[in-house]
Formats: sequence, C-alpha cells, structure tokens
Amino acid sequence: MIALDDTDRALIRALAQDATASAGALGRDLGLSQPACWRRIKRLREAGVFRATRLDVDTAALGFGVTVFLGVKLATKGRVSLEDFERAVSAIPEVQTVEHVLGAYDYRLRVVARDLSDFERVLRRRIMTLPGVGNLDANVLLSEERRPGPLG
Amino acid sequence: MLDDTDRRILRHMMAEPDMAGGALAERAGVTASTLARRLERLRARGVLHGLRGVIDWRALGYEVEVSLRVTLDKTQPRAFDEFIAAAREVPEVLEIQTFLGQVDVRLSVIARDMAHYQQLYRERLLTLPHIADIEALMHVARVKDREALPL
Repeated sequence: MIALDDTDRALIRALAQDATASAGALGRDLGLSQPACWRRIKRLREAGVFRATRLDVDTAALGFGVTVFLGVKLATKGRVSLEDFERAVSAIPEVQTVEHVLGAYDYRLRVVARDLSDFERVLRRRIMTLPGVGNLDANVLLSEERRPGPLG
Repeated sequence: MLDDTDRRILRHMMAEPDMAGGALAERAGVTASTLARRLERLRARGVLHGLRGVIDWRALGYEVEVSLRVTLDKTQPRAFDEFIAAAREVPEVLEIQTFLGQVDVRLSVIARDMAHYQQLYRERLLTLPHIADIEALMHVARVKDREALPL
C-alpha cells in the first residue's frame, strides 16, 4: 500500500475533482514546483490510486431523466452460469454498472432510461429476458451525492 | 439543444475519458478548434461538469465496500434531512443516494477491513438518526463500471 503525506492527499482530492488539472496549476495551489508536483502525480498514478476517469455530465440534460437501481436475484443458482449472466447484462447499453454483491441480492445494476416508459421497455425486453434472472427489486434514484471520502 | 456533433463528441469522451484532445477531435471528426468551442459551450450550458478521477480505495488500503440500504422512520418530518446531514459527517461514506421505492436512502461505505467495518457500523452508522430498517450488501466485484449513456 502506498504511503501518503498531506500533500499527496490534497493532490488526490484535487484530481478526483478535476482529472485534467495540470501539474503546474496544482503545484501553485499546494506550494510545489511544477516538476515536484508532476513527480508526485506520477507516483500516485503508478500506484493505481485512480482506477478510471469519469465524465461527469448532466444526464437529465442529455435526455436521460430516469436512473434506477435494480437488485437482481438469480433464480437458478448453480444451474445458470454467472459468466453467462454477467456477459449478457454487461452488453445492455442502458446498464451502466454491474456489481456482484453478497446479501439479499446477487447483483446490483445501475440502469439509465429516457423516462419511466423507456425504463419499462428496458426492464421487460432486456433485463427480464436475461438468463437466470429471478427476483428484481427496483428503486428510482431521486438524488445522488458523491463525497470526498476519508482523505484527512 | 444538442446536435449530432455534440452527441458524437460526448459519446467518444464517455467511451475513452482519458483520450487526449487531438485524438478525440480526430475520432469525433471535428477540428481541434471546433472541439474546444463545443466543449466550452457544453460546460457553459451545464451539460458537461468535468472529468473526475475515480479513486481506487483498495489501493489506499480500504478492502471492504458495503452498500447500506436504509429505510427511514417517515413519521419524523425531518428524517431525510437529519439522516443525510449526519451521514455526511462520516468520512467513510462515499455516496449518499435517495430513492423512490422500498429503500429510502443508500450509503456506500468503505472500511480498511472487517474489524474496522464492524466498528464503523456500530459506532457511526447504526447511530445515525431515524433509521427504521437497515440492510447491508457486501461488495464482491465490479463486473461493469462505465457510466456512459447510450447516446
């Protein structure tokens, strides 16, 4: 595990907000020279501190007014291959994220749709036809807040 | 309104958010100056908020990730506001989502290990106000993680 000091933590917070921020600009904010800041960023990236870059958009402005979280329970555990289910569910364009979880459900899906009737179409034609799908639990997202996390 | 060029640019950016400006312009079939102008306009109109680095908390020593589905006591008129304000005070809470459905609020929580999670759960999470019911889903693996839109 990578050891971090306060400056590293401040850099991680800043890059989580704006992944395109330059070493020069970040260095100025933190009182580091551009090369020193660049070296720190390189070290953080090489340690795998960031697993991806996410494009943050207003989904409603782009015509996707509905986000639904679906809990999926597989009906025939043991008989249906998890790989088949995972491959099929990942191929659905409206399904943004698929998490394998332990608990009341086997999978947790984040699904986007233009509106509720579009969601119904995705649910009936795409999700309910997936191999092995059993119980479904749908919750419509009303608001979402991402927090900075434990970075001191 | 967005036109086809805007949609094409956004689609390519969503597919590969790390792509540099030159490669992106080429992929979307526009000049570098058109790309810059379009991105500026999308930002100004509030469609594009920015590019965020997604932290891999495992790389920082947080091995446990739990999704807590909470039902609130809705006889308390300020249950939502007070619960959410208190949840914001817990640094290990990464996401707070509110829902229409069986679940009222969902918290995404990380912990260093199970002992740390147990301590957080008992001391910081179960003590949050107005909880009527709480259910935990333990994260096992991320199968797909692409918050792209089918534009």
